[in-house]
Amino acid sequence: MANSSTPPNQRVTVADAKLRPSRLDLEYHKRKRYYVKLPTSINTLIAGILITLISLWYGQNHGWMPLAASEEAPLVDGLFNTMMTIATGLFLLIQGAIVISIIRFRQKPGDNTDGPAIEGNIGLEIVWTAIPVVIVLVLSVYSFEVYNEMGGLDPAASRDPGPQKTAVAPGSAMAATLPEGDGEQLALGVGASPATQGRNAELAVDVLGLQYAWIFTYPDSGVVSGELHVPAGREVQLNIAAQDVIHAFWVPQFRLKQDAIPGRQTELRFKPEVAGTYPLICAELCGAYHGAMRSQVVVHPPEEFEAWLQSQIAQQAEETPTVAAALPSESDRLQARTADWNVTSDTLASLHAHHSF
Amino acid sequence: MTTTTPLEPNPTPPNGEPEHNERHWKDFFGFSTDHKVIAIQYFVTSFVFYLIAGAMATSIRIELATPNPDFLGYENYNGVLTLHGTMMIFLWIVPAGAAFANYLIPLQIGAKDMAFPVLNGIAFWLVPPGGLLLLTSLLIDNPPVAGWTSYPPLSLISGQVGEMMWILSVLLLGTSSILGGINFVTTIFKMRIEEMSIYDMPLFCWAMLATSLLILVSTPVLAGALILLSFDLIAGTAFFNPTGGGDPIVYQHMFWFYSHPAVYIMILPVFGLISEVIPVHARKPIFGYKAIAYSSIAIAFLGNIVWAHHMFTSGTPGWLRVFFMAATMVIAVPTGIKVFSWVATMWGGKLRLNSAMLFAVGFVSMFLVGGLSGVMVASVPFDIHVHDTYFIVAHFHYVLFGGSVFGIYAGIYHWFPKMVGRMLNEFWGKVHFVLTFVGFNLAFFPMHILGLQGMPRRVVQYDPELTSLNQLCTVGSIILAISTVPFLINAVWAWFWGPEASANPWNALTLEWQTSSPPIIENFEEEPVLWSGPYDYGIDREPKDEQSVSELLAEVKAEL
Repeated sequence: MANSSTPPNQRVTVADAKLRPSRLDLEYHKRKRYYVKLPTSINTLIAGILITLISLWYGQNHGWMPLAASEEAPLVDGLFNTMMTIATGLFLLIQGAIVISIIRFRQKPGDNTDGPAIEGNIGLEIVWTAIPVVIVLVLSVYSFEVYNEMGGLDPAASRDPGPQKTAVAPGSAMAATLPEGDGEQLALGVGASPATQGRNAELAVDVLGLQYAWIFTYPDSGVVSGELHVPAGREVQLNIAAQDVIHAFWVPQFRLKQDAIPGRQTELRFKPEVAGTYPLICAELCGAYHGAMRSQVVVHPPEEFEAWLQSQIAQQAEETPTVAAALPSESDRLQARTADWNVTSDTLASLHAHHSF
Repeated sequence: MTTTTPLEPNPTPPNGEPEHNERHWKDFFGFSTDHKVIAIQYFVTSFVFYLIAGAMATSIRIELATPNPDFLGYENYNGVLTLHGTMMIFLWIVPAGAAFANYLIPLQIGAKDMAFPVLNGIAFWLVPPGGLLLLTSLLIDNPPVAGWTSYPPLSLISGQVGEMMWILSVLLLGTSSILGGINFVTTIFKMRIEEMSIYDMPLFCWAMLATSLLILVSTPVLAGALILLSFDLIAGTAFFNPTGGGDPIVYQHMFWFYSHPAVYIMILPVFGLISEVIPVHARKPIFGYKAIAYSSIAIAFLGNIVWAHHMFTSGTPGWLRVFFMAATMVIAVPTGIKVFSWVATMWGGKLRLNSAMLFAVGFVSMFLVGGLSGVMVASVPFDIHVHDTYFIVAHFHYVLFGGSVFGIYAGIYHWFPKMVGRMLNEFWGKVHFVLTFVGFNLAFFPMHILGLQGMPRRVVQYDPELTSLNQLCTVGSIILAISTVPFLINAVWAWFWGPEASANPWNALTLEWQTSSPPIIENFEEEPVLWSGPYDYGIDREPKDEQSVSELLAEVKAEL
């Protein structure tokens, strides 16, 4: 209730607070330069409390996220809920100010005079510069923590070795300047969380994206599958590659996504927690049937996963492993489309051979 | 109020020219060097492309009313979405910004024309061929289908001719934009009337200064990327082609080095328009002139160092993701300053809620939503979930439709009387606003939820569980399509038969309102006098003093 015109020993009543706007109006007509008075009435206080409560509640109860099925998902959800809380608060505050302006400060019929000549308020401007600074600082630090916890800063997955296939060009002087180029496993993406860094994941799966299917190879057992099967509660590492164009591996329930890039290895390391079947979606435009490039991830309880793996080994011993493309009927048309592509790469290969000496 | 203030007769006719030339309607259909004619040419051309790209948007939404590909189908969907994005960006919002810049900059700084009038005409005449080339590319056998981002290797393997037409078209439009940028910067620095310091400039000029600097820094990089891409496409080089040892990620860096700033190239001019419209109709000075002016420059600077936030799930190392996250988040600060300042400008004013002001208020309110979701997607761990989903589609439509398009409409309603000399109908303007506002929110708000729930962008088919939200979006988009009808009828009718506008129907203070509506060729009868700041509403006027702006102007003239 602080007001510079009120002597400190005088009690300020609610009635005074109600009178204040009209007194302000009078002042507007007396003075040439005007200054903004921060609204400090009881109403503002109640509105502030309400906005805070609504934001806190809605930030937790928006219900916009799907099921959280990985160890990483609750971390992302916690971050999102915080951002939703702040966003709801700011939304209500600013939209509220806009709506009040429209209702309260609408031009009265017949009144063609100007409003008060308020050109700014340094204090207010400092406040509304400082508040966003603090908010984005907090969100940046929080996001950094979450990203680190997910394994985004695992040194094995956070340095860029460049395109692997060309990192060491034969006969090139560049080879000497790229000491990590030969053979060392470096990929981009989300790696091990700080707790498990340096250790291998309990299950490694090679993932290949191609128009318009995913192929999963389990290197330890040689099993090849069109769906991803993983055990719950075990850390899984996906080594992701692409054959033709860029695809993106996305499982909404894991809150994880990583592009599959031709000529470059990427990885995604995570721990599925909740058993179930989840959609696996290609999230990067990859051609006419991009929307059809869907598969699924099955998270098994650990013993059930072993059973699945054994059944696959037995099955694939019987027959030659074939992976059905998502749309076999279209393969002819696709081949026609990639025809000049092959010519180009042949031409290039010959050019390279020619150039290496 | 009378149309023009009677002034003292001019003692010396300028350069012995007896009379100003008359404007002829044919001027609008040929090569002109008059910035006002060029501006109208930009407006009409870009609006035509807006309608075409909007029809494409509606057909995309009709396709997505059901989870199965049954309207456009696999064959046509990607071509339509590629053209929708490319046209909305390069043929609607960017040239519409250039239209306002062309019209307003010389008038607002008291100049007779742009610094390089012929270059200005050339810049415009690159737009129609670019647009026609793009439209034709949809009709041939192999249309461009790689999205407006045109990422290799997809863009290299899905049809040479269509992709090449797309590249040439974007190169033409980019060149036009660069030529415009050179003109705007030079005009702003060199052509202001003498009394006008850089701090007396209207904020739209500040915004265009920031925009032009962004254009000049970033657009050449896009041109470079596209030229290299075309070499890969037709000459068999391997800059980005992985089969020849090229790196597709390098293209993404080059592309986004332009295309993130492009967002600011599309929104900064509109920030400028809003900073003009709100004070006039709130009858109150802009709150924090310098803060708004500097924040435009800050946004332009920061806009250049955030591009890789489009690549958080791509081939980018962790440290780079974290750096770009922090840089992106910082943009919320200058943007927040602008939003708070606009709201503070309205607060305590005397708001005239006409169509221009409604769209301006709608802009602040909708852009806010896009800004809040923008801070969210800046966060790396959250973006890993929502990247390339409908959450992103929702976010950028709130910025570019709720932001740019609402702002462009606000600008059209505000300056139409100046440009055409006739008033738009207020009732139909309000109908237009309500339909746009309702349709827009219905079409785009549910997309946030769709993205979080698991709907990727650029798909022709989706999980049937998401059908009802998608149908809501489709209904919204149809309302949005209908909303342009009252506007079109209103604009065409007012152009020919609307009530005549006075020189200054809104009692505004910037210089463009000191000349007739529409302004004469070479803008001002004589060099205008800077008798007040651009936003000095309510200053130095006693409450009983009911002087109108034109009377004040006459008084000032008499004193000189």
